[in-house]
Amino acid sequence: MSRIDLAGLTAGPSQVWGGVRLVPLLRERPVEGLRLHEELYGDEYGRVVLGGGHTYTSYIPHGFVADWSGGGGAGGGPRWGAAYGTQLDTAAPECVPLRTHHRTARRVGGGDGRRLRFLPLHLALEGYLALHFGGPSVVWEEWSRQAVRRGLSPREEDAYAGSSVRGLAEALRVFEIHPGQCGVVVYAADALAAAFVVPHPDDYRALHPSLVRDLYGELVHQYALYGRPVPAFAARIDDAAGRVRTLADLRAAARAEELAWTAAHDGLMARDLLESPYAWERVHRAGPFALYRFLPTFQADRGGRHIGEVITDRKGRTAYLKTFRLSENQVRRGWVLRRLADCDWDVARTAEALGTGYEELVARVRRAGFGALLDAHAVARRARALREG
Amino acid sequence: MAETFSDLVAAEDVLLFVNAAVTASGQREFRSTADEQRLSLDFLHAYVRVNYRPLYAASLALDINDHNAALVVERLLRHADEAGPQEKRLEGRLVAARLATLPPPRVYRLFDALRAARVNNRRTRAVMRDWLASRPDLAHDAVKYRAGLKHAVRHAHLLPGGTELGDFLFAPRRRARYDDPRLDARRRARHEQAALYELPFTVAEGFAARHGVPRAVFLERMAPRMTRLERLRAQGRAGVPAAGLAAMPLTRLALYALSLGFEERAARRAELTGALRAAARRAAGPHAGTWGRVAAVLDDSYSSYGSGVKRRRPLAVALGCHFLLEALARPGGYAPLWTSGSTDPLMARPWGPTPLGARILDALETGPQRLLIVSDGWDNAPPGLAGEVLRVWRTRLDPERRTSVVHLNPVYDADGFDVRRLAPCVPTAGVRDAEDLPSLVEIAQFAEGRTGLAELRAYLDRRVALFLGDA
Repeated sequence: MSRIDLAGLTAGPSQVWGGVRLVPLLRERPVEGLRLHEELYGDEYGRVVLGGGHTYTSYIPHGFVADWSGGGGAGGGPRWGAAYGTQLDTAAPECVPLRTHHRTARRVGGGDGRRLRFLPLHLALEGYLALHFGGPSVVWEEWSRQAVRRGLSPREEDAYAGSSVRGLAEALRVFEIHPGQCGVVVYAADALAAAFVVPHPDDYRALHPSLVRDLYGELVHQYALYGRPVPAFAARIDDAAGRVRTLADLRAAARAEELAWTAAHDGLMARDLLESPYAWERVHRAGPFALYRFLPTFQADRGGRHIGEVITDRKGRTAYLKTFRLSENQVRRGWVLRRLADCDWDVARTAEALGTGYEELVARVRRAGFGALLDAHAVARRARALREG
Repeated sequence: MAETFSDLVAAEDVLLFVNAAVTASGQREFRSTADEQRLSLDFLHAYVRVNYRPLYAASLALDINDHNAALVVERLLRHADEAGPQEKRLEGRLVAARLATLPPPRVYRLFDALRAARVNNRRTRAVMRDWLASRPDLAHDAVKYRAGLKHAVRHAHLLPGGTELGDFLFAPRRRARYDDPRLDARRRARHEQAALYELPFTVAEGFAARHGVPRAVFLERMAPRMTRLERLRAQGRAGVPAAGLAAMPLTRLALYALSLGFEERAARRAELTGALRAAARRAAGPHAGTWGRVAAVLDDSYSSYGSGVKRRRPLAVALGCHFLLEALARPGGYAPLWTSGSTDPLMARPWGPTPLGARILDALETGPQRLLIVSDGWDNAPPGLAGEVLRVWRTRLDPERRTSVVHLNPVYDADGFDVRRLAPCVPTAGVRDAEDLPSLVEIAQFAEGRTGLAELRAYLDRRVALFLGDA
């Protein structure tokens, strides 16, 4: 598998608010057998929706916080934790325990009961990127001990909470959720900012408000801040003489208008996401479902600026999808790492493969913010050896 | 044709103002904040007052909402110097007639606003004096709206000292007791629990809290003294009997029905439907059954939730219109089409997108004589389709206008200084209460751009004469 397959999902008519465009993704029928972990439904909602004696494979999106002590805090009170990476089919997910200060504890424990919430931002993004980028796989002498031992973690990346992306909170608030809606594609100034797909409309309804607490890249923030309001792509019916004579003609023309939009969206607006090849890594498999993480291939002339997580069913169709758009800087850094990984992290060989000099590549690695990963002495020794012989 | 371009602009401006004054209430809406609404409305009032003062005053005779009526009165009195003596006389009568229909708390608030703006011309004092003189029971007002009455009296130099009412307001310790039972009850309520139950509900509530009277006991004993709305709000609590739905106006009733949970609506289906039908028949009056075949496209998309302060207002207007149109249409000649596709209006809930275009097509297929669209004008599935359908229908399929189409919009669009339109060829009118529907459809015909300022003036004069009782 190399591309994201959104079969079974149709793009609905977009809704625009200022510079933000939200395109609903609709399913004719929900994906069977995969549901949001019931711990993540609020109390008022959960049992009703999930009851009925069916067995489900459950999933937990990355960064969601819930009480994982099981059975309403039996033994030792609640154990709040944030899911670390999207989890598939686990009773006790791998999570980062949250130690709450007095004030946050009150917010978490009181009032609104157990609602979905995201991890504190920096933790979430570092975790996200560390999951996607491992460290050196071969211990060449140039890499520092820390890089070998810990990989690229901890990494710092900037991201913005959805609430600080201008207009996004308002756009999500006034968005009218379609009956069969299982996902949404968020555009800022008509650049694809994020795609989010879940298996069931009820899951979407539960998670829709959480999009505003989600992470968005620097680029999205800037586009939303500086972009002008985007047009609504209003329908146009071509009624040049004789084309529309009856009400049925009119209805057909209206229907054609809807289909044209769907085609235009998938082929034009979401092209970058859907048609770029990605590098896939399978993380987990449960029943017919498999959880993958994907990265752009970082090839020079190919698009692809999104990282994300996908759960697919047996046929490879997307049941769950969450993407994060990298900024140009992040893409550049990713490119360096990818090239290094392709040559087994051998700096000299990579330089050769790229057609540049050894020192040039080292400078590039340093500029990308990975200077700490290199052992300065080893690099200097190697550079001198290459220069002299 | 004697009409000039400026006349057309004037007609358009005035209609725009009327639409705004019917719908906007300075409160938060689904898509704009209270501040945006107020700012936008403020500009519109200033613009129309400066440019079309006689028409501005005449708007008091129309079905504009209380918020805007109070604003119009305030601005007319604040800028008295702009009008000539002849105009002032008419304005004065309009103001007096309108104040008489406003709820007293709103009038007292208006008087307070005039006082804050330091408006104390002779006309303002006369308006205050006449309105207070027409109050049926000033002692009751003194108890219930104490601060309001006090400010008004002081501002307008009324009520010479020494009277019992004057002492009650300005020197409450001067007398040991009052002859008037209401004033005396207010005095005794400070230390005597039994006196609570002689006071108006809102005043008694505060005293009850001070005396520590259990809420249930208080509500039960207070029930006979509550106003209709107070009883409606309090019902369902212990001790308060159910308010009668029989005499309630249509939109209020719709709001009430929508405020109930689905189970309760289902359990009381017959009662609620019956009450709504009866209210609709009352509102339709002589027009009942005269409209022929009617189709309605009613918006119950998520945005019809309104906002926290105007909860479900757009949906309630749609529901009210549904029952009213059912009464107006020929028996069996009514086709309601909700945007969500639901067929059970009583169970309406604000949910889903707004596929207005597709619904209008469905409605046109029933071959109606009149098509009414009740929606906030945000057509989004797909956007703009409703406008296109209406345009093609008007230009290609029905150029002889066999079907009349009117769009009623319950939401003021702050950015556009008007209610949002669907298409230029379809008249749009603002609507606040479903009961006003027949007169709104009448005024909407002006918005089609085929009738000019002269006719609009004539229409307004007719309404003014009707309002003042001259006709």
